[in-house]
Amino acid sequence: MVDTATIPRDPVYDDKSIRKVLEMVKDPEIPVLTIEDMGIVRNIEFEKESVQISIMPTYSGCPAMDVIAEDVKSMLVLHGYKNIEVKTVLSPAWSSDFISENGRKCLEEYGIAPPASAGSKAAMIGIDAVACPQCKSIKTKVVSEFGSTACKALYKCEDCLEPFDYFKCV
Amino acid sequence: MNDNEILFEYLLRLGDNCAILGQRLAEWCGKAPVLEEELALMNVGLDLVGQARLLLDYAGKVEGAGRDEDQLAFFRDTQEWRNFLLIEQPNGDFAKTMARQMIFDCFQYLQFEALTASKDKTLSEIAAKSLKEITYHRRHSSNWVIRLGDGTDESHAKMQAAIDELWGFIPEMFDMDAVEDAMVAAGIGTDVSVLRARWDDMINSILTEATLQRPEDTWSVRGSREGKHSEHLGFLLAEMQFLPRAYPDAKW
Repeated sequence: MVDTATIPRDPVYDDKSIRKVLEMVKDPEIPVLTIEDMGIVRNIEFEKESVQISIMPTYSGCPAMDVIAEDVKSMLVLHGYKNIEVKTVLSPAWSSDFISENGRKCLEEYGIAPPASAGSKAAMIGIDAVACPQCKSIKTKVVSEFGSTACKALYKCEDCLEPFDYFKCV
Repeated sequence: MNDNEILFEYLLRLGDNCAILGQRLAEWCGKAPVLEEELALMNVGLDLVGQARLLLDYAGKVEGAGRDEDQLAFFRDTQEWRNFLLIEQPNGDFAKTMARQMIFDCFQYLQFEALTASKDKTLSEIAAKSLKEITYHRRHSSNWVIRLGDGTDESHAKMQAAIDELWGFIPEMFDMDAVEDAMVAAGIGTDVSVLRARWDDMINSILTEATLQRPEDTWSVRGSREGKHSEHLGFLLAEMQFLPRAYPDAKW
């Protein structure tokens, strides 16, 4: 049961307040990142007593999307918001470039190498060197282009020998 | 057929390829040759299931008969499916799975690249989203065809046999018919027959690097557009559809 005493009585229906609540929603697969850091919040619309949030899937089959939509809803409900709708939009197609600077930093500290810029075609076809998030060596190699989730590839550092995840650049 | 019926049919063709191939790849779960490859096959399969959901969800809305993505995936019989015969062929060994994947990835890459310019906004958005994923798929399957073709005598022989076995399923992918023509005329679809030359270039360069022989065009089978499938699709559907058919209100 949610402790109803903690629910604010008068949630503010403006962009700043709603965004603040969304900043508390984590990516269920990468819990160090908020959905704001991931850059998957596309749009926030609100009226007097209703909120509509649009989110973008990272990958078409990303199983986290349903969980994220539910988490967004419950976080808003918890803060007293009413009439919440969360919808998924495809355009523009999510790109790893949408991950914030803070998000990249959090990823690296968590042990996941952040994506290279999609602007670089070389990165897209996996030519750019990926630095090891542990020892920062660039002597790394791809073990598999597909990793533990749809958005990650598996790498290995040839200096410190640690395997690590690389957030794929799309 | 009216415009909506044509678009519905067209979306089924696109979505069914993704759904059935996604299901085929899922059959490798727990059986792949190495862990990394298991992850890769499941990732590619998951992308395809995601693409299928988007396309079938949209197809259901276009049809307007109240069928959603699950209704379309789990409650259609063999004759109502529109995926290519190539797609439903059994996984066979790893070489055959990768050969099938490479043949389709190259095709789907070209088809979806063209569909990003579709006048149908939803379809162009789905194509743009999927194309990023297909880029990865194509590189992965091509690399395996090259690695196994240009590998040991045994891997070379297996990959050559796989390409030979699947070759006759290819012509169907590039066929035009009334539905395809209508979609091209409406600026919604893409003319797959003109994609053949670029597909051939792609495949030839992969086969050459893999030291594999391009098979002669000696046989071909068709029929998926009319719902005439090989016997394999029924078995696949029986497994895929069992649960929702046995327990129609089941939630998971």
